[in-house]
Amino acid sequence: MKNDTHVERKSERELVVTRIFNGPARLVFEAWTKPELFKRWWVPKSAPMKMVTCEMDARVGGRYRLVFDFGGPKTMEVFGKYLEVVPGSRLVWTNEEAGEGGPVTTATFEEKGGQTLLTIHDLYPSKKALDEAVASGATSGLPEQLEQLSELLGSQA
Amino acid sequence: MVKHSEARLDASFAALADVTRRGVLVQLGRADTSITDLAGKFDMTLAGMMKHVGVLEQAGLVRTEKVGRVRTCKLGPRQLQEATNWIESFRQLWAARFDELDNVIEDLKQKEKRIK
Repeated sequence: MKNDTHVERKSERELVVTRIFNGPARLVFEAWTKPELFKRWWVPKSAPMKMVTCEMDARVGGRYRLVFDFGGPKTMEVFGKYLEVVPGSRLVWTNEEAGEGGPVTTATFEEKGGQTLLTIHDLYPSKKALDEAVASGATSGLPEQLEQLSELLGSQA
Repeated sequence: MVKHSEARLDASFAALADVTRRGVLVQLGRADTSITDLAGKFDMTLAGMMKHVGVLEQAGLVRTEKVGRVRTCKLGPRQLQEATNWIESFRQLWAARFDELDNVIEDLKQKEKRIK
């Protein structure tokens, strides 16, 4: 049984994602900060892309850089800097690939009874920046939807 | 009316049944792209790419515009993504990631057990 993922646009500038994991916070935190673990889950299997580079220096002021390959000649990069790193409980980083409009992301890991509540909070510099991210980010879920459609197609064939 | 929308759905499914065409939609979601550039990106002949784009265009998923000698492709009027349901698609992306993350955490837990 999978736990539910919740998404809420909390204000004009904020997006919040929450999910409970069946494990202690230090392990969930580890999976967010160790490249060899992060690489295993960040790109959903159905997405038509691969993560070819994953560099993470999870210390205050340290940087991260992810490079994705879509099967074409061009790759896509996302990168930024860690602003806060509290092992097992809190991680804050910038998203700099889109320039000034990128959000600051805060991930908190709250452990309770062997489970961990993960909250990802994106704070955008302005309403416009979040609106623009939504406009382009609308495509970020596209691969999943396509996959579902193609599965449906497969099951009908 | 029902017949008509069913036919459109069939056309969409047929259009989406091909990995290259799905890739083209993902690419166009990021930026408008000329047919020539699409052919290059997917390592395919111009004629081959024109066929794929034609199928997507018929399904209404892509539209093309010719300016001078360049034919540019954009996402069409029947985008799968409506502005109203972006939050659901965003949620699906995270849910898919987190389902994989469950496996990673399960592995870590097993490893710790073995060490103890």
